[in-house]
Amino acid sequence: MKRFALNAVGLLVALFAVFPVFWMISTSLKPNREIFSATPQPVPREPTLQHYRNILSGDLIPGVSFTDFFINSAIVAIATVLLSGLLALLAATAVARFRFRLRTAFLVMLLVVQMIPLEALVIPLFLMIRRLGLYNQLPGLVLVYLGFSLPFAVWMLRGFVAAVPRELEEAAAIDGATRWQAFWRILLPLVAPGLVATSIFSFITAWNELIFALTFISTEDRYTLPVAMTYFFGRDDTAWGPVMAASTLLTLPVMIFFVLVQRRMVSGLVSGAVKG
Amino acid sequence: MTTLTTPSRGAAARDTTPARRPRRRGSPLPYLLLLPALLVIAVLLLWPLGQVVAMSFHQLGIRQLRGDREWPWVGLGNYAEILGDPFFHTVLRNTVLFAAANVVLTMILGTLVGLLLNRLGRRMSTFVGSCVMLAWATPALTGTIVWKWLFDDTSGLVTWLFNQLPDGLSQALFGRADWSGYGWFNSPLTFFSVLTLVVVWHSFPFVAVSVLAGLKSVPAELHEAARVDGAGPWRVFWSVTFPLLRPVFGILVVLSTIWDFKVFTQQYVLAGGTQDRSTFMLSIYSYSMAFSPPPKFGLGSAIAVILTVILLVVTGLYVRMVLRQEEES
Repeated sequence: MKRFALNAVGLLVALFAVFPVFWMISTSLKPNREIFSATPQPVPREPTLQHYRNILSGDLIPGVSFTDFFINSAIVAIATVLLSGLLALLAATAVARFRFRLRTAFLVMLLVVQMIPLEALVIPLFLMIRRLGLYNQLPGLVLVYLGFSLPFAVWMLRGFVAAVPRELEEAAAIDGATRWQAFWRILLPLVAPGLVATSIFSFITAWNELIFALTFISTEDRYTLPVAMTYFFGRDDTAWGPVMAASTLLTLPVMIFFVLVQRRMVSGLVSGAVKG
Repeated sequence: MTTLTTPSRGAAARDTTPARRPRRRGSPLPYLLLLPALLVIAVLLLWPLGQVVAMSFHQLGIRQLRGDREWPWVGLGNYAEILGDPFFHTVLRNTVLFAAANVVLTMILGTLVGLLLNRLGRRMSTFVGSCVMLAWATPALTGTIVWKWLFDDTSGLVTWLFNQLPDGLSQALFGRADWSGYGWFNSPLTFFSVLTLVVVWHSFPFVAVSVLAGLKSVPAELHEAARVDGAGPWRVFWSVTFPLLRPVFGILVVLSTIWDFKVFTQQYVLAGGTQDRSTFMLSIYSYSMAFSPPPKFGLGSAIAVILTVILLVVTGLYVRMVLRQEEES
């Protein structure tokens, strides 16, 4: 009986957590007459991909195809991932493999800068990006996202580098490998899974970001997906079919990646807080 | 997504082992490896942070944006103007009340779900845990848009549900029987209620999963012993579980406070922009001051600095906690 009650509560919690996501996908597949019907149906009776076709082909808003925004978002996110992964790997190697005077200071700084409310930096970064001539340029966005994702990437990656036994590199050195070869042939392949996990976080940071993209990009052809969504659908619009289709397109990549790394995320976030 | 972290235990342990190769000390290589990352952090985070403080002491507007290099110094003028504005007090009150309510609700719901996940059978626990993860994984933007659709005043599911209530009951409880066309986002009270729902929905999974991780590390015997001694669930939680997980709860409260204080995306999307001043909180107030015409970058910066200082105090607590744990482990 008690087991039954617990399971029932568990199902309620699961429903609360999942329902909005389910409703988003379900709505995106319904024809308009079902979306706006007087009695809502949980699943589409006559599922259709028309909303996806409409937003991707540019029929909905003449000349505006969400494919372009999708590509812009992907370019920005991938560039951020590559740069942030490279710089984080270098810094993480320095912190995990060397003792030097400013090491602790650097680590404390990493912790502190992650607490800076990015919302407070919109104004100075906006003026800086303008002065650099990067206003309304995708590289400008890549630059700020690199700054946002790097501290966490270094922090996360240093654990992975530290977990690779130093002896492996030492053995390689004895066998005559240069330091560069030891890094390239030994350390890098072993750190690769950590690099993938770290990259996914950087990807999600860049892919989801709204405020800076909203402020730094001014012409339609350069919109990222989040900006396009707030721009075309943000104003008392009730075209819920296309809105939900676009939302689903924006959400799915994040969800897939998130599921891949969520274990690491939790252990990275709170491990060390409890001593068993 | 802003993600924050404490060091993993393995890495921390390794860090405290003495260097095996003291001759590496003084080598320029580690500094070379750090240089690019340091540059990026300095230019994109630390410099702008300094800038925003500097800007808060100047009068900056459209002329500076157009390239006028001169920044008229106004000292504490911006702060005086903001602190003297009754509207700022409304905004500050909104922010503090909202953050407090959200932290409390997130912590309570998250902890309860964490405890529940720990009690459920293996399969059920995995299933519910995965569902909860999906809420966490949903981007703030799309999560908010879906809730906005659920609360749509004509075809939204919530509006429909309220319409299904017996008219008499609905009339007695809420003073209205027909919910079609009810503007959920028009009054600050209902707006903040929906916003709270959205933010708690987004953030309770993190608390739940963290509490679960903490519970797994507590030996089950402790709970059994307490139960054998006749303690009820309430008593077991406050006398056994809570003291053992105190460090986890501490960090979770601090992180939630930081996140809930600077909520922007959810608010921006739910309010449909920056027109609705009655629901402003600090981060959106600062943004609209700077980017709604006419631009007032100095005033916006001053508000941003006030927000940052509040968060810095909370962060100070957090860093102290992390460092103390590093020392202990």
